[in-house]
Amino acid sequence: MEITVKVRRVPEQEGASRSVVGAESSGEMAGAAQPRTGKARTSTAPGYWQTYHMEAKPTDRILDVLMALKSEQDGTLTFRRSCGHGICGSDAIRINGKNRLACKTLVKDLGPGRAITLEPLKGLPVVKDLVVDMEPFLAAYRSVLPYLIADTSTTPTTERLQSPQEHARFEKTTKCILCAACTTSCPVLWTNPDYTGPMAMVNAHRFVFDSRDVAAEERFAALSDGEGVWRCRTTFNCTEACPRDIPITEVIGELKRAMIAQAL
Amino acid sequence: MIPRRDPAKRAVVVPQRAELTSWVIMRVTGALLIVLVGGHLAINLMTGHGVHSVDFAFVSGKWASPFWQVWDLLLLLAGLGHGANGMRTVINDYVRGDRARLTWKLVMGVVVAILVALGSLVIFTHDPCPHGAPADLLPSFCG
Ligand code: SF4
Ligand code: FES
Repeated sequence: MEITVKVRRVPEQEGASRSVVGAESSGEMAGAAQPRTGKARTSTAPGYWQTYHMEAKPTDRILDVLMALKSEQDGTLTFRRSCGHGICGSDAIRINGKNRLACKTLVKDLGPGRAITLEPLKGLPVVKDLVVDMEPFLAAYRSVLPYLIADTSTTPTTERLQSPQEHARFEKTTKCILCAACTTSCPVLWTNPDYTGPMAMVNAHRFVFDSRDVAAEERFAALSDGEGVWRCRTTFNCTEACPRDIPITEVIGELKRAMIAQAL
Repeated sequence: MIPRRDPAKRAVVVPQRAELTSWVIMRVTGALLIVLVGGHLAINLMTGHGVHSVDFAFVSGKWASPFWQVWDLLLLLAGLGHGANGMRTVINDYVRGDRARLTWKLVMGVVVAILVALGSLVIFTHDPCPHGAPADLLPSFCG
């Protein structure tokens, strides 16, 4: 079948001057806005829509579409991919206005007869075309200490065992592939680039509720006040966007409750 | 590279509680408002002749009792507190620039303070039997 694909093209931008895409859908992201911390993240990336026409099968993935465009029509088209199987998390983009993995979305999933729009993730600085700079996102990840911090006060003589029930407590948050679909779907991030974002909360949950971990309090400190869990407005965009079906809003709720319990 | 911190040398962290407190206050005042507003509507609109019985005499009669004075004061405080805190989060989310945010929050704070002062003044200094008013407009206990 013949399909029409509209891709948001953004010329390559140098590190410091990189800016986000989003002017066409939200006026408040426009260049005149003052970035909160002096980071140039809320100004709008220059860009334009480029329309392509091509043949595709209904069962083609959007990633196949992008690769066909790049190899057959326009070698300058830039996007990121690696595994092609929904597990590396590198090809999250905005497809028809929704954050999804290009490799997990089929042409037939998008409704027939309509042009397919592809945009870079909103709220992260664009490097070029569909590639965004993940550094602010990964900085939030690092802030919640995403690794096991076990009790080292005594030297362990056996493995740190965990029962299936204890594992079940945080099973759902082990599935995150750091694709950024959640964090960049969040309207709080769009207006406030310093927001910690749902992905960091998912990964904090992964260790906070791990029976072998002892650093919940430090992670709570990273998630408390101004830019942490309390800024979540339970919009549910993240839950809807997650390609791994993690119930993110529920996860954030569990963190809030644990933080209140700890404060009391 | 991500510097891996030695768990033994972890800093002692004191989490900040302001936003946590504000979040809890929102839930508490929210639940309180359901009771207070529900009770207020039930008494004012569903008893007697409904909304038609609400007049000066009705309100004066209610405020003659400390129970309704306290009820209405709580309603005033919970409503304004809940609303102002909500507006504060909206300002934090959507107003750009620290100066502008501070200004808007100050304006809101002043407005809320005036409303609380006026509201409590009315509740506690209300005269149910103003001198010289026609008796049929006054509550029955004004002799
Ligand atoms: S929580 Fe889901 S949407 Fe968010 S980064 Fe992880 S896998 Fe992606
Ligand atoms: S290419 Fe790896 S998740 Fe899509």
